[in-house]
Amino acid sequence: MEEKESDKLKKKMKPWVFWSWAFASIIFRLVLAYFPKNLNLSARPEVSTPLTSFRRLAEGYWLKQSSMSPYAGSMYHGSPLLLSILGPLTVTRGGNEGLPNNLMCSLVFVVADFVTAMLIRSTGLNLQMAYNRNLKSLGLLRLLENSEIISSGDIAALVYLWNPFTIISCVGLSTSPIENMVIMLSLYGACTRRVPLAAFGWVVATHLSLYPAILIVPVILLLGYGPDAPPRKLFLQKFREGSSIDSSSQHKEQKSQQKGLSNQPEQPMLFSWKPVVFFALWSSMWAFYVLVLCAISVKQYGGLREMFKRTYGFILTVEDLAPNIGVLWYFFAEVFDFFRNFFLIVFHVNILFMLLPLAVRLNHRPCFLAFVYIAIASMLKSYPSVGDLALYMGLLGLFINELADMQLSFFLFCGYVGVSLLSPVMHNLWIWRGTGNANFYFATAMAYACLQIILVVESVGAMLNHDRKLRKLSATTA
Amino acid sequence: MGFPRWMILLLFVICFVSQSICKEEDPEEEFSEELLLKPLPDRKVLAHFHFQSRAPPTETYGPHHRLFPKAIYQLVHKYHIREMELSFTQGRWNYDRWGGNDPISSNNAKPPGVELWAVFDVPQDQVDASWKNLTHSLSGLFCASINFLESSTTYSAPDWGFRQFAGNLRYGALPREAVCTENLTPWLKLLPCRDKAGLSVLMDRPSIYRGFFHSQRLHLTSSEFDPSGSDMGILLEQTLTVVLHPNNPGDSMYSSDSILPPSWSLSSLFGRKVIGKCVLAKSSNVYLQLEGALVSELSSRKKENERDDTDNLDFEGPWSNSGVELSVSPDRVIKEMNSIHKGGPSIMYEFLVGNYSDSKPFDLGLMWKIPVAWSCPQAPLHANRFLMGSGNERGAIALSLKPTKQSEGFQIPDINRDKCSFHVNVFQVVPWYVKVYYHTLQIFVDGKPQSVRHLVTKMRVSPSEDKVSPGVMELALKLPCSIMSAALTVDFDKGFLHIDEYPPDANQGFDIPSAVVSFPDFQASLNFLEDTSSDKSPLLAKLQERSPVLSYTEVLLVPLTTPDFSMPYNVITITCTVFALYFGSLLNVLRRRMGEEERLLKSKAAKNNEQFPLLLSKLYAKLRGRPWEAPQSSTPSSPSSSSLFSTKLLIKVVLVAGVAAGWRYYSG
Repeated sequence: MEEKESDKLKKKMKPWVFWSWAFASIIFRLVLAYFPKNLNLSARPEVSTPLTSFRRLAEGYWLKQSSMSPYAGSMYHGSPLLLSILGPLTVTRGGNEGLPNNLMCSLVFVVADFVTAMLIRSTGLNLQMAYNRNLKSLGLLRLLENSEIISSGDIAALVYLWNPFTIISCVGLSTSPIENMVIMLSLYGACTRRVPLAAFGWVVATHLSLYPAILIVPVILLLGYGPDAPPRKLFLQKFREGSSIDSSSQHKEQKSQQKGLSNQPEQPMLFSWKPVVFFALWSSMWAFYVLVLCAISVKQYGGLREMFKRTYGFILTVEDLAPNIGVLWYFFAEVFDFFRNFFLIVFHVNILFMLLPLAVRLNHRPCFLAFVYIAIASMLKSYPSVGDLALYMGLLGLFINELADMQLSFFLFCGYVGVSLLSPVMHNLWIWRGTGNANFYFATAMAYACLQIILVVESVGAMLNHDRKLRKLSATTA
Repeated sequence: MGFPRWMILLLFVICFVSQSICKEEDPEEEFSEELLLKPLPDRKVLAHFHFQSRAPPTETYGPHHRLFPKAIYQLVHKYHIREMELSFTQGRWNYDRWGGNDPISSNNAKPPGVELWAVFDVPQDQVDASWKNLTHSLSGLFCASINFLESSTTYSAPDWGFRQFAGNLRYGALPREAVCTENLTPWLKLLPCRDKAGLSVLMDRPSIYRGFFHSQRLHLTSSEFDPSGSDMGILLEQTLTVVLHPNNPGDSMYSSDSILPPSWSLSSLFGRKVIGKCVLAKSSNVYLQLEGALVSELSSRKKENERDDTDNLDFEGPWSNSGVELSVSPDRVIKEMNSIHKGGPSIMYEFLVGNYSDSKPFDLGLMWKIPVAWSCPQAPLHANRFLMGSGNERGAIALSLKPTKQSEGFQIPDINRDKCSFHVNVFQVVPWYVKVYYHTLQIFVDGKPQSVRHLVTKMRVSPSEDKVSPGVMELALKLPCSIMSAALTVDFDKGFLHIDEYPPDANQGFDIPSAVVSFPDFQASLNFLEDTSSDKSPLLAKLQERSPVLSYTEVLLVPLTTPDFSMPYNVITITCTVFALYFGSLLNVLRRRMGEEERLLKSKAAKNNEQFPLLLSKLYAKLRGRPWEAPQSSTPSSPSSSSLFSTKLLIKVVLVAGVAAGWRYYSG
């Protein structure tokens, strides 16, 4: 899908083009946000899950205002911090129509979206610099000159901003833009080695929606090894060749260039422990800080234990069986109670099982690893929304150069379009008209899951193929 | 020495006598039966049976009873019940036509299905356990599925919105419970005369259940565990309220030309006659109540037709020659004094059933002589509840309150017209699968949205928790007297249940129990001129009791979306297939290495030619069974390892077989 968009944008990518498109997207959002009642996006099951629903947040805030636990009842399952930040915006003052407040909320989400896009962009620039540098250090400048390298950061940011799913989840007042922003904050901080920022992002993202906890692997790899690079074996070979031959002037030049470009160690294969240790310290500090804040805000309502039960517990034991674009709701609505715990464990472990093999195979590409993790989590999470889709689609744009020869991309694009058109239709048939049946809607959720599986598998395959290509090229140049 | 001895003796005697006198004055067990008949404005007849049994406190009387039902006594003692009310109702009380502001309607108009509430005299933490046990006992006692109220999703603990018992009150309702004769029979068994004698003879099942409204109620009040030590004992009040339509063979029900209301008699209503009182009953009375509005209408008619109306009198009394004629002359006429309602004082005719016998059965009949139209005293506001929205995703519950015709004139004294306001309490229980957003509560007065803060004086919400507890909303509203309409709306999302949680007829929908709207500023009670407290008719005492006016709203039927019940296996298998697809394909991509694969392919191609027969033989051996493989596979490999392998295998097989045999032997 983003390939298509990128094709259009490929030709004329100048700074002002990017900025004009970005601002156009923001204006588009604001225009849409002005008609919240007409669109009624906030009630769509694709946008507002029990975790991200703004209405539930308003209910939680109301309960808190009337001196009850925000977690009383099964309405609100988000963070208490989010409640105290966004809560005041949910109250309509003076009994008016509540339009200005809705606009305020939309403004917050639009800003969050914009910040996310900017973070994606600067992460992309960072990755691009690293990519160019690595190709140079491998002596593959030929590759740089031959193929037209497009600035993936701009593309990714625009893909994120103009992705209809991002716009829907932003205008539909779901809290996923904020979650996405925090996740991106963490990745950006790790990419630029701003350890406190990375730690903050990771801690808050984990606090908000639990699943970003698995991002600790790519974040640590990013901090340890630096941004994405071709496999370290190539550098090792190159380094050995360079030291044995030690005559190529070009190589020396590169070395000096490397030193000039960054303060990266000469041998990029070394894992630098210092930032990782700092990361551990910072994240424990942030975690402590967040927990203390939470403890203060939920002190009189059962404390942290209640909070964990109502947020993480709710995520892990799929309690709400309202239909969403995932597959777990219907599964747990139908599965026999006796097996419920077993399948809960199986499905959640399914996410964890893949962490290690992916980390082993893709440890030289931590950002891509983060993308794969996010995609897997958004596929297998208990209450997925299109906001998650928006984030990994945006991240996918970062690897536009590496994944240029990905297979099935057109099929995937058509699949996503088809599912996003069919799914509301089936939902309408089942819920509103009563002419369809639950299986219709579930079929589209199934198709969506399959598309995501294909996307993940194909992109991982394409990335590995790209590495193979690099290896072959470097072997031929050497 | 003689003097003090005599004194002591005297003291003893005095003590003994006084004690015996005290003993004699101790309350005995009592049972009384009464029937109240009341013509209703829409030509129907209300019959309200009232049976009351009283057991004195156990401390003074002991645990054995002559009249009081043992089951109830044990129930009270086992679960420490202070007060309890159980009602089985079919049909809906028509507040417009049958009245909403009199004691009968506010006490006996119950929501459809089963309603149970109980107050326990146990510590707070044991209330739930007592409630659960009580529901099971009652469901056994009354052959009803009251045990469904055991689940914490069905009952709630109202604080002040329903009745004033903080903490120990539990309230539950089953709107869809069907009520039938199987519930009536155990109820009748609690009466000392069952339905063999006395007024309960009238309870002919077909005629009772043919009625428009049928509510069978059991109210229990006990002071057994009251620390203040009032000597009331246990009071069991059983009432059966039926609204019947008298159908005379002569006139059809909806003939337009006969404005004259149909005449009726006990035998035409119930198909039976009363042949004397239940001998165990202390009092056995039948009352006929003519409402104030009816009385004043009749008297005005009488004045009009004074000249023509020179008919004979069947009985004495100021109203005898008015538009109604009773077939039996009453033993007493009781007049209400200074009625709060517009209509004027109502009249009660009392008939003593004890005067009648087998040879002279009691068959009260009422003949209308002139056509009259009147209306019942109504509650200040008419409450209606309905659902808004379409589709199965979300909706809204709306409660609309409209002033009734009669209440337009009501005034609370000593308050200016513009500042006049009155209180309305709303108590609503919503099951958890109707997920109410309480922050969306909106109040419209006269069609305009009003700030909730201005109108709600008190609010208590206990939000529903999925599969744990229902949502309870108690609201105290303060509405201005001059309102034309008020409406409360609150939005909800419809929940989705697990397939096992749907009832067998899932597509019928789910019921939301009735909401209770009560008006604490208004008291429903009748005051009678005669001092009725002396002869202690329990029914009249009950009617004189001041009770807040309350009305129940409709039961709402919420259709919920259903999943496909027929294919859990398909869903499980397909989902697991997709997960397996994900896992397998991703792992495959990660595992694949180009160079190795090529090498492997080459070596395989090389090997394939030589080793094909060997592979085939191995496969064949595997197909045949494991023991055959060992000798076959031993030939190509070294003999020593193969023998070791086979012995190991043999030992293993033997070990496993031994363990299995031992298991079988010991477990079998």
